[in-house]
Amino acid sequence: MPRTRVRPLAGPSTGSGGASSNPQRYGSTKRCLGLLGHPDARVTTVGGTMLLFVEQCLNGLQFGLLLFLLAAGLTLVFGIMDLVNLAHGSLYMVGAYFAATFTALTGSFIGGVLLALVATCLVGMAVEVIAMRRLYGRDHLDHVLGTFGLILFFNEAVRLIWGPAGMNLTLPSWLNTSIEILPGVPYSSYRFSIIVVALAVALFLYMLVMRTRIGMLIRAGASNREMVSALGVNIKLLYTLVFGLGAALAGLAGLMQAAILTAQIGMGENILILAFVVIIIGGIGSIRGAFVASILVGLIDTVGRAFLPDIFKLVLSQAAASTAGPAVSSMLIYLLMTIVLVVRPEGLFPVSNK
Amino acid sequence: MTSGAWFRRGWITPRNVVVAAILTFVVLLPVYTSGTGNYFLLSLFTRIVILAMAASTLNLILGYGGMVSFGHAAYVGIGGYVVGILAHEGITTGFLQWPLALIASGVFGLVVGALSLRTRGVYFIMITLAFAQMIYYVALALDRYGGDDGMTIYTRSQFAGLIDLSQKTVFYYLCVVLLLGTIYLVHRLANSRFGLVIQGSRSNDRRMRAIGFPTFRYRLTCFVIAGMLCGLSGALLATHTDFISPAMMHWTRSGDLIVMVVLGGMASVFGPLIGAVALLVLEEVLSGITEYWQIILGPLLLLVVLFARGGVDGILLHWHDHYRSASHGIGNLLARMRRG
Repeated sequence: MPRTRVRPLAGPSTGSGGASSNPQRYGSTKRCLGLLGHPDARVTTVGGTMLLFVEQCLNGLQFGLLLFLLAAGLTLVFGIMDLVNLAHGSLYMVGAYFAATFTALTGSFIGGVLLALVATCLVGMAVEVIAMRRLYGRDHLDHVLGTFGLILFFNEAVRLIWGPAGMNLTLPSWLNTSIEILPGVPYSSYRFSIIVVALAVALFLYMLVMRTRIGMLIRAGASNREMVSALGVNIKLLYTLVFGLGAALAGLAGLMQAAILTAQIGMGENILILAFVVIIIGGIGSIRGAFVASILVGLIDTVGRAFLPDIFKLVLSQAAASTAGPAVSSMLIYLLMTIVLVVRPEGLFPVSNK
Repeated sequence: MTSGAWFRRGWITPRNVVVAAILTFVVLLPVYTSGTGNYFLLSLFTRIVILAMAASTLNLILGYGGMVSFGHAAYVGIGGYVVGILAHEGITTGFLQWPLALIASGVFGLVVGALSLRTRGVYFIMITLAFAQMIYYVALALDRYGGDDGMTIYTRSQFAGLIDLSQKTVFYYLCVVLLLGTIYLVHRLANSRFGLVIQGSRSNDRRMRAIGFPTFRYRLTCFVIAGMLCGLSGALLATHTDFISPAMMHWTRSGDLIVMVVLGGMASVFGPLIGAVALLVLEEVLSGITEYWQIILGPLLLLVVLFARGGVDGILLHWHDHYRSASHGIGNLLARMRRG
């Protein structure tokens, strides 16, 4: 079978990625890190360090999977429609706000989440029909500008509707506990459930794209739009559906993140740039690449932030380490990106052809 | 020369009229503000002039070179931080601060360019964005220099009594001179042999390489020049606000710069100035109407992209084409009237 451009899932896994502590880490981050695995909560014993390390690795995995959810939608839309969608982060934010609202309205976490997913998907499809559809086939610069305008619109609309203060998404008590993931290693059950949900979504994506008729059409549409539409497939509708799927994935990532941090205006933007880094590393258009890269990025970022300052303290003076540590650890993933670019400019899993 | 000849030679076009009007306004503004004491307007236009300068440097790589850099605000930030950090450490002489600002942004441009120019299209957009974001995070992590909150610059750059930057009007005119200098430089560069190679590489890089131009080196040089000049505008911006913060290089600032270039018209020397005036004045006007002005600006941008691709410049050109025959007619008419 010829390799199609999107052939997304090469690997069975897609993860869902979200962003976890990254973006807003400077503002409200302390709070979020407090939930678990806060690097400041240092334990001095060797066993304690090991425990912290395991915990940070899990946090990294969880963050990476959250990133994957976002990157999967981005790379899907780019691979199939050749569209650079900066406003993907806005859908992430909208998902978080919807979840907070619907959960408060219905009083049920699961119900609120499901409603939010549907609503985000609908918003995504509306955006596709109103704006994105007209941008296909245009210059990438047009995509950047048009979706930049959409970001301004979404941020302001959210401020208008929900107000400038963030919103909390309250976890039900059954998620707000910790479980023993290994003997003697407690872990937040909510973060663990993010990992599980994201892996399930990854599997779902793989099955959808590789094993269903819709997936086949998606892959075919990525290879040759005209041919598919000449064969009688409604390619416009297909594109709208793909966009809605990407929106729902972004919304899922956003709402899962919102329970750790809060739903805030602009929450999607910094994480979106990380998702860009992920798909650059993974290879644009490749879902398998996005999966591998998001986990790499999640792990390196989280673990680097937790341990690099301490490692610096071993070789540098206290003052130098406390300045250089955070600065360098925030550069780590960009260094990773640089190395990947030097070695493989097309990313780890380049999509051939086109 | 008669006005008829001006018309006939095509000098009087809607676009040139707008540029001339803006330039006149910019140059004469301090006369008005010192008369009325309206320093808000002067401050606004200092900002516009500085950002127009930054946008002009972006135009060099984006408009002429086709390199869609989405991280141009990083250079603004680097220039500003160099000035701010040196001032904080007690080095207030501008003879050291400003060249260092140029060098630092040039080095950053060299590294980013060397890596990102290996790629094309959407990769390039995302990589420049990612590197700018990296610098943003580094600035956030600099607790010594204010971190998240930014830092006030207490002493403006000293130029040994040659020029006093703390006088608003003097500083404004310095910015105007530097803007015009940048525009002239971009004009000369873009029309030189160097610039033609850059433009050729925008149209068809493979062909340029096939006829023997090492385009990577040309493009990299162009990228670095743009970065350095943009760093200078960053130094100006920091001086203007007496303040540096990571927000200077937030990625939306890079987006604003792209908007200015596109709005004003890519690959036209005065385009970025028109774009900067258009965008920032529009922002002022809209924010006067409603607190939620971005809800108008955002869709407006989308509409410009969808329906008015050439921006303000395109509209003026269109207008020009529409009335070209008319303007020639007027020119001929005036000439005939003079003759006889």
